[in-house]
This record gives sequence, structure tokens and C-alpha cells, in this order.
Amino acid sequence: MIVKDIMAPFDLYQPVQLKDAFSLLESFGTDAWKMAGGYDSMDWFKDRIMRPKAVIDLTGIAEMKGIKETADGVEIGALTTLTEIENSPIIKSKYRLLADAVSHVASPQIRNNGTLGGNVSQNARCLYYRYGLPCYRAGGTTCFADTPEGVTREHALFGADRCVAVSSSDGAPALTALDAKFVIRSSSGERVVGSDDFFVGPSVDITRLTSTKPEEILTTIRLPNSWAGKNFYFEKVTDRNTWDFPLVNVAAAISVEGGAIKDSRIVVGGVSATPHRLTQVEGIIQGKTLDEHVATLAGQSSTRDARPLNYNGFKIPLMASLVTRAVRNATA
Amino acid sequence: MATSRTQQNKLIGKDFLVPDVEAKVTGRAKYVEDFRMDGMVFCKTLTSPIPHAKIRSIDTSDAMKMPGVLGILTADDVPQFPPPAPGILAKDETFYVGEPILAIAADTEENAVAAIEAVKVDFQQLPHVVDPLESLFPGGPNARQGGNVAAGQIKLQTVKWEGVDFAAAGESKLPLGRPAEEWTYGDVDAGFKKAKVIVEENFVSATYSHNCMETRSTFAYWQGGKCFLYGSNQSHTAAIANVSRYIGIKPNQLVFIAEFCGGGFGSKIPGYPNMAIAALMSKKINRPVMHRISRYEEYGIGSARPGFQGYIKMGFAPNGRITAADLYIVQESGPMPTAGDFRAAGACMSLVYQPEAMRFRTVPVLTNTVPVGAQRGPGENQFVSVVEPMIDKAARQLNIDRFDIRILNAPDSSSKFGPDQGPVTSAFMKEALAKLRTLVNWDELKKKSGQKNGTKVTGIGIGQGYHSAGTNGFDGLVRITPDGKLHVHTGVGNLGTHSWASTARVAPDLLNVSWDNVVIERGDTRRGLPFNSPQAGSLTASTESRTMYAAAMDMKDKLTDIAAKMLGGKPEDYELGDEKVVRKGGGKSITYQQAAQKAIELGGKYSGKELPDELNPITKNAVAMIAGSGLIAAAKDKLPRVGTTPGLTCNVAELEIDTETGVVEIKQCMSVVDVGTVLFPLGLGHQIASGQVQGIGMARLERHLYDPKLGIPAAVGFHEGKVPTYLDIPPNMTWQAVEKPDPQHPLGIKGVGEPAMGSGASCITSAIADALGGHLFNRTPVSTDMIVNYLSGRPPAHKPLQVNTV
Repeated sequence: MIVKDIMAPFDLYQPVQLKDAFSLLESFGTDAWKMAGGYDSMDWFKDRIMRPKAVIDLTGIAEMKGIKETADGVEIGALTTLTEIENSPIIKSKYRLLADAVSHVASPQIRNNGTLGGNVSQNARCLYYRYGLPCYRAGGTTCFADTPEGVTREHALFGADRCVAVSSSDGAPALTALDAKFVIRSSSGERVVGSDDFFVGPSVDITRLTSTKPEEILTTIRLPNSWAGKNFYFEKVTDRNTWDFPLVNVAAAISVEGGAIKDSRIVVGGVSATPHRLTQVEGIIQGKTLDEHVATLAGQSSTRDARPLNYNGFKIPLMASLVTRAVRNATA
Repeated sequence: MATSRTQQNKLIGKDFLVPDVEAKVTGRAKYVEDFRMDGMVFCKTLTSPIPHAKIRSIDTSDAMKMPGVLGILTADDVPQFPPPAPGILAKDETFYVGEPILAIAADTEENAVAAIEAVKVDFQQLPHVVDPLESLFPGGPNARQGGNVAAGQIKLQTVKWEGVDFAAAGESKLPLGRPAEEWTYGDVDAGFKKAKVIVEENFVSATYSHNCMETRSTFAYWQGGKCFLYGSNQSHTAAIANVSRYIGIKPNQLVFIAEFCGGGFGSKIPGYPNMAIAALMSKKINRPVMHRISRYEEYGIGSARPGFQGYIKMGFAPNGRITAADLYIVQESGPMPTAGDFRAAGACMSLVYQPEAMRFRTVPVLTNTVPVGAQRGPGENQFVSVVEPMIDKAARQLNIDRFDIRILNAPDSSSKFGPDQGPVTSAFMKEALAKLRTLVNWDELKKKSGQKNGTKVTGIGIGQGYHSAGTNGFDGLVRITPDGKLHVHTGVGNLGTHSWASTARVAPDLLNVSWDNVVIERGDTRRGLPFNSPQAGSLTASTESRTMYAAAMDMKDKLTDIAAKMLGGKPEDYELGDEKVVRKGGGKSITYQQAAQKAIELGGKYSGKELPDELNPITKNAVAMIAGSGLIAAAKDKLPRVGTTPGLTCNVAELEIDTETGVVEIKQCMSVVDVGTVLFPLGLGHQIASGQVQGIGMARLERHLYDPKLGIPAAVGFHEGKVPTYLDIPPNMTWQAVEKPDPQHPLGIKGVGEPAMGSGASCITSAIADALGGHLFNRTPVSTDMIVNYLSGRPPAHKPLQVNTV
């Protein structure tokens, strides 16, 4: 029977130290649920699809909050709110790309409580998955979207592997473009990974969008100095001007010297299960003079290998346009 | 009969602070879910997870043993209505995902839900359909075992078109199979023959939810044989008969409390079946019952605007006059015959565009999608949204100005309307369009059409809207108490438009009572509320200002009667001063306090002890509650009115489309309205602006999503339903009124609520087409993905007549 919009009961734990959070994760194992700002979690709970026994609210852990400069760049606690990042003088001066990106997340109210860690860790938004159907991502044996009649306007162009859901984060492409490192800790230690290893597609693990294991917590995101203050561009196309996930978004960091493109990282969201980095495009434009021709070339070459579904073919020209605009308009 | 009174009156036509505003903005306003009572329990419903099924059996044995469970309500416990009318709880067959099947009450909502999850239902899945054309196809599924076509005045039947109809049409044209209803006036063939330009298109308008902010929760308890029901409803006393029918009681057994309503948009007009669940559960378990409706449940039972699959052919003379129109509407009706939008679309064509000859054909098809119903401008608004860009297309082909072609075809007060070609009470659409043209500085503005600014291109759109906007025949009730207060009793519901308050100002205006001395009695039938019109169909401002006029005239007669009795002479020797009755030419007077006291002494018709027989029983019941408490005037509006009273609006929109991303930015919207005398300028402005906002939702955003194979809905939340946000509306919205009074209304007032949305939506679709060089999408909403596909030369993702896929 379908009953939605009323949460099943759970025990709420509110640790204020990471070590207590780890011990709670260990003791509850798969019955535990890590919650930050709660915007993804509450949907799952209210829909009664996810029914953890123990919800571990991480928002009391002070060491996971705040923005600080380090010798290597900037460290952002995973629990730092999107509003804090949007308004942070350090982020705005050195990594404006991230400030721009998070300023486009959802709505002001959601950004006030939503966290950067939560934004990049949010689950897939596929309407079939969210409806509670037993699809591959939910541990089942089929995909309900990738069918002859599936409603797939918001689904993937790239990297589909049984599942065609996309990453809907606005923060993820920006962090990938800035070559962010993700600090993941557990009671047994710490590992630091780049975007390539943090975000995972269905061919790696079809039930998760990040490599964070149940016993681990994403505590910190580090932005290296290498991309600070470069030319940046973020754009997100949505149905509505607020409170919407991207149909497609783009984040680009471009290093320009003497009018030529020295290096770049261009990342597109909403087109695959992970932020879709355009390494081939980056290679094509490297060393070239930044002009309209190169911008157009970047866009045209960005959608090679796209595999559209029933209703998402529009994402191909849209993505090409956004990549062109990113190269054309990226500014310091 | 009428002249414009706005200049001479003290309250009519003036702005004021609506009395409930403070409660709303401070949160003190109590909506249904805010009520609590000792012993109150909760109930939840089990809803169907399957689009179409037979219920073979229901096993509640485990559920009834769950902690806190107090009772269960099934179809056997509730009044039955003959199919295909909507029922309260499904009995043998379910027709859509989200249809209530049974309800369980428990001490807490959590326990009720746990019990619901323990119920076992044995469903036999039946073929389902979410696309009307698929159901009309030979051998296609029926949404009900009893058939696939039904509507008011069209009995449930099975209609299958011929295979050759589909083969001839192909996938891009509407097959023109046998209609369930049709009408014609004039010589259509001759009209097309003399046309210089023919515009012939197929179109789709999306079904989409009403998206009310307040869900339709109900709280109920019983005392002294009466059911006390707290509901979220647009109308108040107009809903009593229907709500009583759902509960299975007499109207005078219902105490109906409905002080605030967090949005209805047509889905909460005469009450709704769901209201009976709390009432009947309460009766069964003898406890006050709160039945909260969740957002998910609201998307099942909360109604939706029915979508159209349509065909239209219009012939235009060289000067732009429409010589003939041929319209065919297939309506996606949901599983029950609950919406007449298809008929309204035909009537709208005949009125707004005044074709010299017209044929209308239609078939309303039942589908296993959620039940549909009237939504702000039902039929008219989805129709004008797809047709207005086609009018532009004809203007382009004839090289005629876009305002000129509309003014030429617009109705005036001599225009005819609908299949019967009946009269209108007044229509000043030509004047409205002319005024709008001046307001927007059209000759300059139109130069922006198609202008490029970097990657952006400008589009200028014109839209028109229509809905009937006034009726008559309801009862007014006003009372002066010995403390000198004028009590305005109103059965008008508080649907958010302020019309309950603006119409209440008519009586004090006519009786020279200061607004500070007015007490509005409303929101609770125990306050003595008369039988008034439903708050629907843009009726209230016009209709209830008439009833207030009737009551005020009755009060005036009684006041002068009493003055003559107290001071001598004849009633006609007296007139009304400021809250007193004075002898004409000076001399003695009595205060309203004295008149009220005297009325109590006199009794009879003065104190409400005797009433005109023509009053509705609901009004008589209301007067009985207050009889003897003052000077009472209760009167039926018997003032003459012949023909349809149309509310007419027109809008202009300016927008930019980014040709690289398909993003649409609406820069400004301007509107002129033909609403007769302006009753309440601020309220009118709110209606025009809200119509523009909701119109943007229809034109660009709001949608239904159904997986056709699974029959499950996906647009089941404010995010997925894509209601417009504050950032989607233009910063600049202005309006003016024609201000020509309707001659068949004592104060000249017409309504506006619904047409404001139709012109608000159609000016956007017109502007999008204009920005794209006249390209017609022939579909609402025009979503960003459609624009991107067009701009990049890709084919549309949707087949031209495909539905529920945006």
C-alpha cells in the first residue's frame, strides 16, 4: 500500500563529535542513516521508502563546519551551509565558481540549511526511483525509465549502465572543475579522493552516487590553490528560476595566458550519474587562442557519444550551447 | 437601469484593508488542520496503488489488531452514488492511482498509517489508459469496465473510432471520428469558401493539478444529531446541499465551518466526496475525527484541469474577419465525468472570436488519471492559450496588425454567444483592446518584436480571456441591531479573492453606514448565513453585489416604514441619512439604533419572524437563528438579467528567449479588463496579477506526468508540478479597467477572476511564438526543452498529440 508524507518512526541521535558519530554508525550498521541539512533525507523518510532505525543528525558536529584558508588553498567543512559559501569573501574572491554554483541551488530557504556535503552527496532524482519502484538502483532487477515509453526528459545522455539517472547537484560540477579533494573519514582513518573517485556511476556501484561507504563520513572538501582566481563560468538551465534541479548545468575553470588557453576543467551536470568532465574538449582547446571559433568548437565536440533517451534529446544542443558559453564567457 | 456609481458612492470603488489580512499574515487564521478538540483522533485512507483494478477482497484482520486502532470505514459505510459519478470510497473497481479505498481511525496518525500498511487488498489489475486517443482506438482500453466516454448530459458509453479515422490522420493529426456531441451555427462551408486565409492546426493542452496550497483536510464531530464539519472550501452556503448529500444527512443537520481556504481554484466549489470520510468515521466511532490530507494524497483527490487534444480550422476574410471556425476537442476526463471544459472551449470560441459560422464537435474520454474538474477558466483558458498564437499566424499571413485583427473579431454588447447564439448583457472587448493598445504604446512596442540582443530575441504577445462573470437569483441578508451595528450576513466563502469582503461593502454603502459600524457574519453557519452563489465561475463580485443590493433595498424600505410608524407620515416622506432615517426636507429623524429596537417590538417581517416564501430554505434557516435580534432584511435578488454576463480581459506580454539555451525571461505584462464598474480596485489588481502568474504556470510550466505503461503519476509535489515561483514572474505588471458598467446589473459590476488567467497565459504563448518568428508549438506548457529542440532544428520529443509526457 502507498502511504506517503508521513514519516515512519526512528530514533534520532545528535552527536557533537565525529568519534561519537562513527561509533553510532558502527553500532547501527545498515540501520543507520546519516543526515546533514535533511532536504534529501526528509523526502525519503516522508515517502516511507527509506526507513532507518537510527537517524544520525550530523549538524551538531562543529569540526565539520566553516571555511578556512590553508597553505594549499581552502578547506570547507562538509556541514557548511550553501548560504555561507555563497556569501563567503574567501570563496567569492578565490573560487567564485563555487559561490556562483551554490547560489543556484534550489531556493534561499533550502540554501540556508542545505550543506555542501549534502548537496554533493544527494541521491538520484529519477522519478521512478523516487516513486519507490524496485529498480536497479533500489536493488531490483530492472529500469523503469529506460523503456520504449519511459518519461525520461530529465535522464542521462552519458554513462548509462542499467540505470539512466543523473547527478542533479549544482555544487558537484563546480567542485570537479576546481579539482576539489574530498576528505572522507571513518573510525579506522581518513582517505582523500578527487572527484573521479568520489562520484561513482552505475557501472561502479549502481546503488550509490558517491564512494562514501556507510561507515564513512564526508567531513571536508579542499579546494587547491592551483585553480584559485582563474577564469570561471557557471550556468544552470532549469524550468523555473528557483527551486529546480538542473536540466543541464555547466561549470568551467579556464586558465588563460596571453589570450591562449593554458589549461581548463569543464564539467557538465544533469547529463550522467556523475559530474561529466569533458577531458577531450579540454584537450582540444588547450593552447588555442580563446575566441568564438574555439568556444563553438568546444561546444560542438562536447556531446560526442551522447546517447539520448525518449525525451531528453534536447540536452544535446543545450549542453553544447552551455559549453560554448562557458568557454566564451569565462571570466576572472 | 444602471449608471456608474463609483464617483458618488462612499465604499464601492474604494480600496480598503480586507478584514482577514492580519490573521492571515500573522498566522492567527485557523485553517482546518489547526483545530483540536478533546478526544480527537486521526484517520488515514488507503489509496489505490494501481491505475485500474477490480477489488477482489480486502483483509483488515491484522490492521484492526494494530495498536491504537479505533475503527474502519469502507465503501459499505458511506452513501453510494450511481456510477460513473465520483464516490467517496471505491467499492468494487478502482480507477486511478491515489483513489481512496478505505479509511482507518486511530489514536494517532502514525498508528493509523501503520494499520493502513497492514491491510491486504487483493487487486485484479485491469487494462488502463492515460491517453484518450488510445482509448478511442479500435480495441483500445476503457478506463472503466462500463465504458470510456461520459460527461454531464452524456451517459456512460463505449466509443471507439474507426481504424480508418486513425489511418487517415496519421500521428500528427487528430482523427475526426464520431463525436459524442456537436453543434453548428451559420453556414460553415460557405464561410471557409469565402476565406482568404485558412489556419488549420492540431493541438494539445496539458492536464495539470489545481495545486492548492491547503490540502483538503476535514475535521468533524457530532453533537445533538448535527454534524459539525470544518472544511477547506471556496464556497460556503452554496456547498451545504452537496456536502450534506455526501454525508447522507439533511442540510439543516449540517453545521459547516469554513472561515479560510488556502486555495481552491475550482477544486473546492460545492464541497467534495472526501469531506464525508471524517464525518462518517466520527459518527461510526463517536469521536471527533481529524482527516489530514497529505500532499501526495492531494495530488490524487485534489482535482486537475483536463487536458485537450484538439483540432481547429479557422477561415479569415481579407480584412481579418473570421468567416468560419471548425473546432474538435477530445478531453482527457479522468475516470469520472466531472469536468465540462470541452463545452466551455466551444462557447469561448464563439464568443471571443465571433466567427460568422461555427461547428463544434467533442468527445470527453475517460482515462485512468486523477479525477479532473473546473480550474480557473475551465476550458476557456487552455483554449485561448493555444489559439491566440494562431490568430497571430493569420494576421501575419494577411499582413494585418495583431491588435486590429483582434478588435475586428472581438464581441460587443450586441454579440451572440454559444450554440444557441444567445445574448450577452454587455461586452466591451473592443474598447478593452483599444485601451490596451494605448497603454502599451503598441506602435513602439511592436517594433521590438523579433529584435535580437546578443543571444536573446524579443517576443511580444497579445492574449485574450473570457469567462461568464455573473448570475442572479440568490438571497441577501442584513440586520441592524439595537447597538446600531449593521450586520452583513454572507454565505460567500473565503477563497482568497477578498470578494466576501468587497461585496459586503455594498449594503453599508447603500444604507449610509460607516464601515467601522459593519459586522460581517460569515464562515460558520451558526452565524446565520444566507443562500449565496458558489465562489466559482467569476460569479461572486457581480452576483453577490446584486444580492446585497436587494437586501439593502429591502432594509431601506423597512427603515422608512418604521420611521413613518414612529414619526408619522408615509414611508416615502423619509430618506436615509448617515445611519439615521430623516424626514425629507428636514425635520425629525430616528437613528438606526431606534429603528432596530422598534423592529424587535414590531416583530413580524421587521424582526425576521415573517419571511418571504421565495427565500431559499438555507436562508430561512439562517434568519430563524437571528430572528428577534434587530431589524432584519432578507431578500431574493429578482432584478432582471437576460443573457450571459461576460468578463473579458486582454493582456500584452514582452519576453526574451535566449536562442542558445531556450530560457524565457518575461520582462513585462500589461492588462486591460472589461469588468463593468470596479468594485474594489486593489482586489481587482490582485486578481489580474494572480491570473498572470497562474497563466505563466499554464503557458510555461505546469504539467502532469504519467508513465503510460505503469499508469503512475510523477507530478505529485509542488516541485514536480512546477508551479511558478516569485522569480518566474515579471517585475512589471500593470493594468487598467474599461470602466463601462454592465447595464443589467444595479451597480454595473462584472467579475474577472478566470479570464485574467486566460489572457495571462495566452499572451505568453503568443509572445513565445512571436519571438520565434511565428513558430507554433500548438501545445501547453511550452517548456524549455521544446524551445531548445526547435531552435536547434531537432524534431519535437513528443508526438504532436501525445499527452502527459512533458
